[in-house]
Parts: sequence; C-alpha cells; structure tokens
Amino acid sequence: MKSVFDFQDVSVKFGKTYALRNCTLAVDAGERLALIGANGSGKSTLLRTLHGLLVPSSGRAVHDEQRRHAMLFQRPHMLRASVLNNVAIGLWLGGTGWKQAKVDAFAALERVGLADVVGRNAKALSAGQQQRVALARAWALKPQVLLLDEPTASLDPAAKREVEHLMAQCSDSCVTLVFSSHNLGQVKRLASRVIYLEQGAIVADLPVHDFFNGPIPAAAESFLKGNLA
Amino acid sequence: MGFKAIGSRLESASVIQMNTFSDSAVTAFSLLTQLDPMLAGIVARSLGVSACATLLACVTGLLLGGWLAVSRFVGRGAVLALLNTALALPSVVVGLAVYLLLSRSGPLGFLGWLFSFKAMVLAQSVLVLPVVTALVRQTIEDADRSHGEQLQSLGAGRLARSLLLLWDERYALLTVLIAAFGRAISEVGAVMVVGGNIDGFTRVMTTSIALETSKGDLPLALALGIVLLLVVLTLNILIALVRRWRERHDDTAPDFDPVTAAKAAAA
Repeated sequence: MKSVFDFQDVSVKFGKTYALRNCTLAVDAGERLALIGANGSGKSTLLRTLHGLLVPSSGRAVHDEQRRHAMLFQRPHMLRASVLNNVAIGLWLGGTGWKQAKVDAFAALERVGLADVVGRNAKALSAGQQQRVALARAWALKPQVLLLDEPTASLDPAAKREVEHLMAQCSDSCVTLVFSSHNLGQVKRLASRVIYLEQGAIVADLPVHDFFNGPIPAAAESFLKGNLA
Repeated sequence: MGFKAIGSRLESASVIQMNTFSDSAVTAFSLLTQLDPMLAGIVARSLGVSACATLLACVTGLLLGGWLAVSRFVGRGAVLALLNTALALPSVVVGLAVYLLLSRSGPLGFLGWLFSFKAMVLAQSVLVLPVVTALVRQTIEDADRSHGEQLQSLGAGRLARSLLLLWDERYALLTVLIAAFGRAISEVGAVMVVGGNIDGFTRVMTTSIALETSKGDLPLALALGIVLLLVVLTLNILIALVRRWRERHDDTAPDFDPVTAAKAAAA
C-alpha cells in the first residue's frame, strides 16, 4: 500500500539553523502517529513539512497527493466573523460554493457540539470552543489525513477531554492522525505509534506499547523520566 | 538696547500673542455659530477634496499594500525602501509634480484640470497614497506572519490570503483611514500649487489660513485653524463611535437560525 507520507533524509533549515535533520519516516493510512519531544525539538516543523507548508532544504519528501490533508494549530486563528462563516470559509477556499459551504459548515459544527453558537463572533468564544471550531473547520474538509499541533495545549481539563474525544472520533472514521503532544497520557490513549524528536532529529520511532514498555534510546528514556517525575 | 527694554518688548509681544489667541477663539466661535456661508463653502470644499482623495488613495492603497504584504519578489526590499521614503514627500513637491503633469504642455494637459477641484483631489491622492500603502502593508504583513500560515493551510493562495487579512484587520485599518484623511486635509502646499486658491472655486481651509496669515489677519487665520481641527475631531469621534458600535455588534450578533439558513441555502 502506498504511504501517506514518505520522507527520506529530509532536513529543514531556517537560515543557518537546522530545524529538522535527516528525518526518514513513512506514515501509512489509518496510523495514529504521535510526535513527542522537548520544546524546539522540531515537532511543529515536522508537522508543517508533512502538511506542505514548509519546503525541505534537502532530502526527498513524497506526499500522497490523492489524500486530502487538514491541519489544526495549537492556537487556531479565528477570523473576525461568525462561527459558521469561519468554518464555511475553509470550505469555500477549497472550491465549494458559498451556499453549500454554509450547509456543510453547519453539519461540521453540529458534530463538534457547537450548533447553538454558529451565529456568534468566533473571536468571542473560549479557547476550548475556538479549538472545536478549528476542528470543525478541518473536519468539514473531509480530510483523510489530519495533522494536529499540540491541539489540547493551554486548554482546561474539560475542554481537553472534549477535543481528545473528537480526535478519537476522527481516528475511528479511518482518518490518518499525526499529532504532537507533551501529554504522555494522551499519547498512550490516542497513538498507535510514537516518534521521539531531539534537536530536529528522530531519535526513536516505535509502536506505542514498545515505546512506553520496551527499551528505548537513553535520550528518550530521560525525557520520559522527566515527564513522569 | 538694555535688558529692561528687551524684557518689556517680550512682555508686550506675549500680551499681543495672548490677545491673538483669545481673539481667535472668539472669532472661531462666532464663525461657527453664525454659520457664515463663505466659511461653510470652504469647509465643504475642504472636506470634499480630502474625502475624494482619501477614498481614491484607500482603494488603491489597500490593494497595493495588501499585495505587497504577502508577495515575495526580487527587489521587494528596494520597493519598500522607496515606499517608506515616499512617506516624507513634501506636499509642495507633489503639487509641483502634479502641476507639471496637468499644465498645458504637460502629458495630462489635455484634461484641462489645472486650478480645479479635480486637480486638488489628484494631488492629495498622490500625497496620501504612500501613507495608506505603507501602513496597510505593515498591518497585513504582521497579520500574515502571525496567522497567514493557517489560511494557507486551508488552501488560500496569496490573493485570497491578502483579501481575507484585509477583511480581518478592517478595524485596525480604520486608523489608516483616519491618518490618511488627516494628512490630506491638513496639507497646504499641493492644493495651493495645483488649485491656485481661487476664491469660491478652489479655496480650502488650509489655503485660506495661509492667505489670512500673509494678509496679517492672524486671529482669523487661527480661528480657521481651530475650525479645521474641530471638523477633523468631529470626524474622528464619528469613526470611533462607528468602530465601537460594529465591534459590539460583532460580539453580540444573534445566534444563527439553522432553519432559516437551510431555507436560504435551498432557495
């Protein structure tokens, strides 16, 4: 089966600084891949490169162009417009007519439990609600690959649970999930595979059970100990 | 001349100045309360010229600034440096350039616009365009740096991104509109050169002030200045009120009715 992503020795440089170093990975359809690592380890850069927002400085990056991608950012930006229009704009940019986009947007907002606030200004919503609007915006595009950059960071526990529940729903509907997280409990609950990054390089790439129970590289081990301490 | 003599001269000068200011305030008040038709005509012409020039400059400057903010091309740095330099364009130089363009032997002489309302609008538009373009470029570029990538991830190309960000930053851009109008209505050099300060035809507030000053009627000149500031203040208050009302309206918009929306979509 063709991989969703196939990266060979991919590096990304910002000026003279390497944000990613010789990353080699392949992601298959239906996988739930978690990217973990300290701040500045390259998780967001890898996600943005997978989404095509960044062009590698070197290496070979192959994306399966047949599959639709959507990305959810850590702090989603809401346009100064209603919740419904914020979701509909995503669809309209993808080529859907405006009237149909509004109907589809409403369906997506219903799915994330925000049908009652569709007419409100999206900027006036809470952080958790904005994250759900962003999820609806991504969801409405009917993506086959969903990339999420620390989607529950800075959310309160209740909002965190809701977003996590929606992510689980996404993965149940056969969407390939790639997400970065600092929350190891979340990684255990949602991921099927874990990649540990350090200074832009992939240090460990293992199934979730092996990562948390088996022998892992010393750098990843000390990261885990630091997180669990 | 002794220190005492200089001191008494300075004292009498400051008394004259105090008188000038108080006379001006009284004159300004009486000009406003009497609704002098000549003054009303000058104020209306000033507002008309500057409003038309601001409108023209804003339409062009919003598109140009929005495009410059998201585009990347060779020589962009040089274009931005030139644009920022144009912010310091002396209005009299703009007036001279437009005068040469519109004069009978100039390339646009056939239009016959020199010493007319249109010439003044054109000169002020040229003067204000760099202000609008530079401020819009900076505002939209900052917004693009902050969340342009998210729009890009939704499939927005450069043009769509630029237009969406212009819409998204509309309240911040109101300040650009105010700055542009302020620059237009307060300048004197350009309208003086291309308008000619013709009474009842191309005389505006600033050229009237310059004329009264040269005639030595300082209280009237200052009174006109006070009127000009009051007019601009009133406009700024109106824009601020509109902005506050829109922002409040945005935050308390009624909830969406899916049934009505479904009906509208079906229709």
